[in-house]
Formats: sequence, C-alpha cells, structure tokens
Amino acid sequence: MRTLLQKDKLMKYKSIIALILFSVIVTIINPSFLSLSNILNVLRQTSMNAIIAAGMTFVILTGGIDLSVGSILGLAGAVAAAMITRGQNVFVVLIAALLIGAAIGALNGVVISKGKVQAFIATLAMMTLVRGYILVFTDGKPIGIEASKNADIFTSIGSGYILGIPIPIYITALVFIIAYYILKHTRFGRYVYAMGGNEEATKLSGINVDRVKIYVYALSGALAALAGIIVTARLSSAQPQAGAGYELDAIAAVVLGGTSLSGGIGNIFGTIVGALIIGILNNALNLMDVSSYYQLLAKGLVILIAVLLDRKNK
Amino acid sequence: MEHTILEMKGITKEFPGVKALNAVDFRIVRGEIMALLGENGAGKSTLMKILTGVYPKTQGLIIYEGREVSFNGTKDSQASGIAIIHQELNLISQLTMGENIFLGREPVNAVRKIDSRALYKESEALLKRLGVTEDPHTITGELSIGKQQMVEIAKALSLDAKIIIMDEPTDALTDTETENLFRVMRELKAEGRSLVYISHRLKEIFEVCDYATVLRDGEFVAEHAVSDLTEDKIIELMVGRKLTEQFPRIESKLGECVLEVKHLSNEYVKDVSFTLRKGQIVGIAGLMGAGRTELAKTIYGAISKQSGEIFIDGKPVEIKSPQQGIKAGISYVSEDRKGNGLILGLSVRENMTLSALKSFSNSVGTISNAQEEVVSKDYVKKMSIRTPGINQLVKNLSGGNQQKVSITKSLMTKPKIFILDEPTRGVDVGAKKEIYDIINNFKKEGMSIIMISSEIPEILGMSDRILVMHEGKITGELDRDHATQESIMKCAVGANGGEDK
Repeated sequence: MRTLLQKDKLMKYKSIIALILFSVIVTIINPSFLSLSNILNVLRQTSMNAIIAAGMTFVILTGGIDLSVGSILGLAGAVAAAMITRGQNVFVVLIAALLIGAAIGALNGVVISKGKVQAFIATLAMMTLVRGYILVFTDGKPIGIEASKNADIFTSIGSGYILGIPIPIYITALVFIIAYYILKHTRFGRYVYAMGGNEEATKLSGINVDRVKIYVYALSGALAALAGIIVTARLSSAQPQAGAGYELDAIAAVVLGGTSLSGGIGNIFGTIVGALIIGILNNALNLMDVSSYYQLLAKGLVILIAVLLDRKNK
Repeated sequence: MEHTILEMKGITKEFPGVKALNAVDFRIVRGEIMALLGENGAGKSTLMKILTGVYPKTQGLIIYEGREVSFNGTKDSQASGIAIIHQELNLISQLTMGENIFLGREPVNAVRKIDSRALYKESEALLKRLGVTEDPHTITGELSIGKQQMVEIAKALSLDAKIIIMDEPTDALTDTETENLFRVMRELKAEGRSLVYISHRLKEIFEVCDYATVLRDGEFVAEHAVSDLTEDKIIELMVGRKLTEQFPRIESKLGECVLEVKHLSNEYVKDVSFTLRKGQIVGIAGLMGAGRTELAKTIYGAISKQSGEIFIDGKPVEIKSPQQGIKAGISYVSEDRKGNGLILGLSVRENMTLSALKSFSNSVGTISNAQEEVVSKDYVKKMSIRTPGINQLVKNLSGGNQQKVSITKSLMTKPKIFILDEPTRGVDVGAKKEIYDIINNFKKEGMSIIMISSEIPEILGMSDRILVMHEGKITGELDRDHATQESIMKCAVGANGGEDK
C-alpha cells in the first residue's frame, strides 16, 4: 500500500522529475546552460509556446483541438504591426489584436458546437483560411514598425526588461496564474473538465456545453493573439509566415504535460513543464551546435519517447 | 423424438455487485424452436452471451453435442456452428448489404482478391430467401431498421449454423417481414436446425415456438411445451413473485396538480397526456424501447417536442433545453448513470454540485470551496453514501453509491418535479431499499415524482398511480389499488389494445 502511494506520488510529479533530470543532463554536457542569462533566454523563448499551450490546454481538456492558433498568431501580429505603423495608441492596438484572436476563436467554437463539425476539421479550415487572409492583408510582405511613432513602447513588450527579467516572462507567468485559477476555482473551469469527461452527462446536467465550447476556443484564440503581439514586438516586424507550425509545438507541450487528448484529464501545471521541456530541448540543441535539420529530428524523437513512456505507465 | 443438442447446467454469472444469473438450467432441443422468456433484466441476453462466450461464466457447465465446451467469443462459437443475432445491430452502415453479410468471411480467389461476384450472388440468394428484394449492393445505412435487421439475419443464415439464436429480432420488423422471418424459421427447423427465440411479443411464441423456458430475476422458473401454455400462464410465470416488504409505501396528502402534459408528440412518443400532483409518485412501466426514457427527456428538455403542451402549476411552459428544464423546477436522473448520468473521472463532490454550481459561486464564477465542501459532506451523510471522502473519484464507488451521487446532483437543483429513470438498475438489494426510502422522503417533503422502472414490483410497490407505455403511447393508466403485475404486463406488451384508460 505504501509503495503504491509512493508510486502514485511519483506518477504525479513524473513530468517535473523528467524536466529536472533533463536539465541536469543538459548542464553536464554544456555547463553554460545553467547561466542566468541563458535561463532567462530559455524562458523568454518558451513564453510564446507556453502562452499558446495554456489556451490549448483548455481546448484539449474539453476533448477538442485547435489547429488555427498559429495562423491567429500571425494575423494578430500583422494587424498589430499595421496599426502601429499608422501611429495608433499601443493600448488600443493590444485590445484590437486580442479581440481579433478571441473573435476568430469564438467562430471556431460556433462552427464546432452549432455546426457540429469536428474540431480538427473546423480549426484546420480556419488555419488555412486565416493564413490566406494574412497573405492578402500583408501582400505577402513583412510589415516593419521601427520608424513608427509608438514603436518603442510596443516593441518593449517583446524585448523590454523589468528588474532584469524579460517582460514576456511576466506576461507568461500572469497567463498561467489566471489559467490555473480559472481551471481550479471557477464554474467555467469545472465545466471544462466535466465536458471533457462526459459531454452527454454534462449536457443532461443542465450545462450549456455549446457556450462552454465557444468560450474555450475564444480563449485559445485570444492567447494565440497575445503570443502574436509578443512575437511581433520582439522582431519589430510582422512576418506573413509567423506562427506557422506553432500549433504542433503547443499540442506537444500539452500532451507532454500529461493532459489526455481525449479530454477531462490533465492540468495547466503540466503544460508549463511540457513547454519548458520543449524550450530546453531547443536551447540545448542550439548550445551544442546541432544543425537545425537534426534539431527537428531530435525534437520528434523526444516527444515520441515521452508520450510512449507515459502510455506505458498507464 | 426429442433430443437435446445443447444443455447449460447451473449457470451462475456475477457482475461486480450484482448476481445476474443464479444456477440457471437451459437446453436447446434438436430441430425445434425454444423460446426464452422473461422480463427485462431477467437474464435472457446474459445467458445467451454466456452461451456464445461473450461473457465468461462464474459457474456452471455447457454441454454441446455430448461434450463440455467453453467458447471464447462469438467467433469461437460460430466456428462450432452456433450463430447469434444480437438485439443491437452490429452492422457497418457505410458498407453494402452484401459486404456486411460476409464481413470477415469474404470469399476470395487464388490471389486473395475478394470475389465480389460470388459475394453478391450468395447475398442475393440469402436475402431472397428472407423475402428481401433490395439489391445487395445497397448501402446498409440507407435501409430501414427492419431491413437492416434482415441483413443481420441473413448474416446468421450464411454461417450455416446448427444452432441459431435470435435475441428479439422482430422489434423493428413490419408484419410482412416478421411473416417472412417465421417462414424461414420453420424452414430452418425442417432442415433439422435448432433455434432459440427471444421475444417480448407473446403471440409470436405461440406462432413459431415449440418449447418455452421462462427466467425470472436471473433464475430458472420453468420449461414447458408451448402447447401446454397460454398467454396468461406465461405472464404469470414471468412476473409471479410476491411483493416483499421492501416497499414501505407511505401515504401522503395529494396536493394540487403540478405538472400537466397534453398531447405530447415527437419522434419517440405519440400523443402522451397525463397529470402529476404534489406529493405523488407516478410510475411509468413498460418494456425496453417503449419510449419511457424519451418521454422523460422530452419533458426535461433534452429531446425537443414536435407538438403538445406542458403546464407547470397551471401555466404553460416552453422547455427547450435541460437548463430551462431545471429552471422550470424539473430534474432528471438518467437511467444510464455511467453513460450520461455521471462524470466518472470527477470526484463525488464535483459530480454532486455540477448541476447547481451557480449556487456555490459568486457573480464572476468563483466557486466557494468551503461552502461546496460543507454541503457535499452534508449530503454524503444525509444520503448515506459510502465513500472514503468527497474527493474520491466517482468511478471507484459501487453502483448503489454512484446512483445516490447521481440523485444528489439532481436534488441540489431543488426540483419540484423529480424524474427518476430506472433508479435501482444495477444496484444491489440493500442499496435498493435505501433508494426507495430516499424517494419516499422526497414524496413526504411534497415533491412530485415520476419514476420509470422496468421492474414491475418496484412500480407496484412505490407508485400512487401507474402509466404503462408501449411503442411510444400510453396503453394503460392504472389506479394502484387495481393494478396487478399481470394487468401491467398486458398493457406493456400491447395486449390490451390500449383500452384500459
């Protein structure tokens, strides 16, 4: 019984144990990994994926999937950049970009719940559609913002520091604290888990599951837009291909964090760990000077092995 | 000359917490048709699933052609010449009729390519024998349920089995289709094959069967030659048990009319009207598929109605979703607590408060942990739910305790009208009694209750008034002083012509 309990605890913390083990190995191979500047660097690089993955956690907990986040990131970034070049107030720009993300997400939710389209297909279509619109909107060219009136304030969102720590890290921390609170302590969070566990039972319990779905996808869209703002601010320009493929990193982070793709099981804490594992892996491969071709290979392998180990434990 | 081809001796089957079969004896007579009869839950399907190896038996012997056998699933029993047509359709609706008939046994040529010509030619012959004129290239999903059932039967015929078991095959068939099936059954019998026929339609038993075995509550009751039986005698054998003391019916003062349903109709229910008063338990009896659950879900708002009106406290209401149902004061406890009653991966506490979560949270939706905990603990005590704690996952509880959690979830919405669908299904005897007490308490507190049950003694023991449904219609409305097991069963099989009103 005692060993069983211990095993249970071990299972609960296994993702974080994996993270620590992984960090130790990377440090042994390359001690510069552990320098403060490198750690902050890893965290900043991870922040974009982590923010998208936070939204993705909600979606996957309901039993859905959101493939459109990369495109939403790109569109929100492009719209923000275009508004900045027209000298708009930064605050207005932020609100507009977030609303665009939320609106596209909500549209996903409506198609999925009211149109009864599978999430995979609905968001796949949205991914393509939005990416196409970005190309139309930007004419396929990057939008630079360096010379604009409010560019300095805007770019500080991506590259500024407070007390020596990059601003994106604060934003990510705030996102995760709020996400944790919502999932753990609010009605909406409870409904997300209930729906992923058994949608029919949740519906019969008098919960408007369509509304929960729409909110969940809107949240995912808004967070993707937030990541889009950070990316654009960091690069001082919006790239038409920004965010392409990000949906897969976000899904990988959620799954590495132990959240079940069939819904109902998982938590936001695991998602941080999953995002960090991917971030550290990228960083370590860079530190070791591995060519980018082999980096992808390594990343794929790590995800495959991690998920297989997870299955075996179940 | 009578000869037993297969014999089951002392078959016992225990599911976790429930004894489904207790030392049942059953035999199949060579070249004859054996009817297997009993109420819902009597163990007919379970017995046949044990015979074909779908379920392992807990105890007992199966002797087939003089040898003891033990099958490992339908594929195994098929190989030994036993085919079964299950109550549920097992067809792949995207495939053609022919492809379904030969699924997994497709005729192939020398290079393992499917020989479509042979497949469709044989399918056509099989279907023709059953009087089905559709082209076997027709996609199965485009057929009526009755025709699909015929495909299922053709599939069993194609196995060339020595024993063919049919579990309620005629439920979805038209009269002509049924006639064709009976003709084929007689032909099969003439060929020396042995059949088992399960049906709720007693008239059919007299039409095609030679022998009948009756089960009740998972036990063997009797085996007779059909020629020695009458319809009344069969009903008596099926329900003949004494009402025990486990239904402590309480008298309560009947109040004003709380719910009135007028001419409610949709896909599942046809022109249903009834009333429910304060402090009254109305029992709804009927056989599986009679439309009882669908009626409940229509009133609750989970299924939309096509016509008809619902009045609560004399005022007309429009209920289009469970949310609106709950708001109107109706609560529904599902008959399928694992499928759509509970969320098994969540805790006792989280399940209990799910429907009433608004009352535990503030305007921005933050749940008050302390309040939720106090109330959950209180209900665990009040409903005597045996669980290590409120944070225990529901899937780890026994059936009876799960059911109490499910009832509590509905209770927390403070309903005026409480619909309980099969409240004691899959629950052991001790917990049953506790659930009856809980329901009686609701009644005492002035709640109005609709109780759907397939167990007639339960209906008789608990209800103040009894409605019986058959094929979506109310075929009987009985006063509890005049209702008997036999009169209910008659309405449930549609044998009263729907004139008991």
